[in-house]
Amino acid sequence: MPDGALPVLDVRDLKTVFKTRGGEVHAVNDVSFELRPGELLGVVGESGSGKSVTMMSLLGLLPSPPANVRGGQVTFDGRDLLKVNPDELRSVRGAKIGFIFQDPMTSLNPVFTVGNQIMEPLRKHMGLNKREAAVRAQELLELVGIPDAARRLLDYPHQFSGGMRQRVMIAIALACDPQVLIADEPTTALDVTIQAQILELMKELRSKLGMAVIWITHDLGVIAGIADRVMVMYAGQVVEHAPVEELFQNPQHPYTRALLKTIPTISGERAARLTIIEGQPPIMMAPPNACAFRDRCDVAFERCAQENPPRYDVGHGHDAACFFDARTGVPRDV
Amino acid sequence: MFDGPKPLVSVKDLKMHFPIYAGFFRRRVGEVKAVDGVSFDIVEGETLGLVGESGCGKSTCGRAVLRLYDITSGSISIDDREIGATPQSDLRTMRPTMQMVFQDPQASLNPRMTVEAIIKEPLDEHTALTEAEKREKVGELMDAVGLNRKFAKRYPHAFSGGQRQRIGIARALALNPKFIVCDEPIAALDVSIQAQVVNLLEDLQEKFGLTYLFISHDLSMVRHIATRVAVMYLGKVVELAPREALYRDPLHPYTKALLSAVPEPDPSLATAKERIILQGDVPSPSNPPNGCNFCTRCPSVMDICTKVEPDYREVQPGRYTACHLYNDTAG
Repeated sequence: MPDGALPVLDVRDLKTVFKTRGGEVHAVNDVSFELRPGELLGVVGESGSGKSVTMMSLLGLLPSPPANVRGGQVTFDGRDLLKVNPDELRSVRGAKIGFIFQDPMTSLNPVFTVGNQIMEPLRKHMGLNKREAAVRAQELLELVGIPDAARRLLDYPHQFSGGMRQRVMIAIALACDPQVLIADEPTTALDVTIQAQILELMKELRSKLGMAVIWITHDLGVIAGIADRVMVMYAGQVVEHAPVEELFQNPQHPYTRALLKTIPTISGERAARLTIIEGQPPIMMAPPNACAFRDRCDVAFERCAQENPPRYDVGHGHDAACFFDARTGVPRDV
Repeated sequence: MFDGPKPLVSVKDLKMHFPIYAGFFRRRVGEVKAVDGVSFDIVEGETLGLVGESGCGKSTCGRAVLRLYDITSGSISIDDREIGATPQSDLRTMRPTMQMVFQDPQASLNPRMTVEAIIKEPLDEHTALTEAEKREKVGELMDAVGLNRKFAKRYPHAFSGGQRQRIGIARALALNPKFIVCDEPIAALDVSIQAQVVNLLEDLQEKFGLTYLFISHDLSMVRHIATRVAVMYLGKVVELAPREALYRDPLHPYTKALLSAVPEPDPSLATAKERIILQGDVPSPSNPPNGCNFCTRCPSVMDICTKVEPDYREVQPGRYTACHLYNDTAG
């Protein structure tokens, strides 16, 4: 992962709102990040923090209305994905950018065979004929470790277990050799032993194929094992971003610090009591004009209620959106 | 467990098989052995963690212990009363001692009842309190679980997931139970909310002297809350041990694999850790393999494992396991 390499995907100030009867929900607020070639960027956050909506916005996957991608730039392959026409976007989605969804039970079509569903992108995007597509589909199933691939192509999704279905989803996402793979909670619906299989497979595939991956999850344990860099989201904003070891050893944002303390581990000290984060995540009915975490924060002060903190660079490729400097233990003076 | 304190709950050889009907005449063609010969004791005041992957029968086991099902066979004794074969109608008088907190706080609360009505319902059924007394009791329960009394007239939809789970807990507490089965009470909640609910459960346990059966697939959370832990695989308990012993030195190969598969939130540990990746999937409980249930995926499988089912027994003081690897160490 060379630091100076040109990013494959560059997202700037992405803003998405949802129109509801109660008003506008500001789901994504000025999210910026870049994805470098071959790296795995982890995105962590709780439900409603905007991690999935961010990724769906940049691929134009949100129904509009109610969603409205209100601003920002998404540079991929020399063009702005938010400005291209739907046909052009369709040629990117599924071909150059692959997507794996959370629930392998509902994201496969139950009335088509698995082979049919893997061949669909191959024929649409790569222009392969039926025979070529079938050969490639079998290769893909073998690549993701499904035994007896030739026969399994003729099976329907219900004949596969959860872990196997997720492998099929990965095969479909990889079908057209994407430069970028976006995986939205790909192991959340799976059991731990199956999750371990999929994580292992993912590591193997990355070293074989070398694509860049965005991995969305709420599980910090998964992130620790697989990511190169991590972005922590809260209330539709990026609150902290750092290389993975730096983030876990030296968390700067109070939310990240609290989150790391609140999860119990299976090795290490067992706390007599779990540390909790008081309160609830905010309801995002207004654009943020103050720090969204201030009501639950243990170091909040007056300024946090007056302005929304920008992302401050703290060195080592690490930034945090907080007015309080965790390194010095006092508020920043900028 | 014979020298220790007397168990409040004692389950022996519990079996819960669900029939499978098929064909035009809906003939019985087999059965799903969801729980297949499970035995354990729960001592008063302790928390027994019941862990396993989806489909291993842990939830069915929890529900069967409370006799929400008519069990296939086995004995269940709670607070010195045998309820294994008691008819459902006679169980009603026992219900106040044993309660349940359900997994999905969205689905387990009636959307058309106010919070007050939900928490009051068990009081209506089982006590002779006056309306005013009941209302006071509801207020006390809401205080106990950290809900604002002012919200008593609101409906479940007005609450967040964590708060709804508190409503479910208040309802379970209404009749001063001794024993509560918590079926994945935190699985549907966000990480930052999970800790709030777990801490609440611990506080209530201390305050009211409750005994929990805590069912979960989250091994790190079980390590936090449980006194002893039972690991289930395909309808059977494969290992039961005190918490520290189980996590420090798991005996059964399945427990070892399960613990090694848990992702640790620490990148240095994550790379150093020796992972045991199990091959394949869990076999179907309607057609379990011959011999040991785990023999199809076990990394240390031997000849005997595919032929003879291992006995479940005490291999070290307080530690039970069902595995042929420990055949000679039995005391």
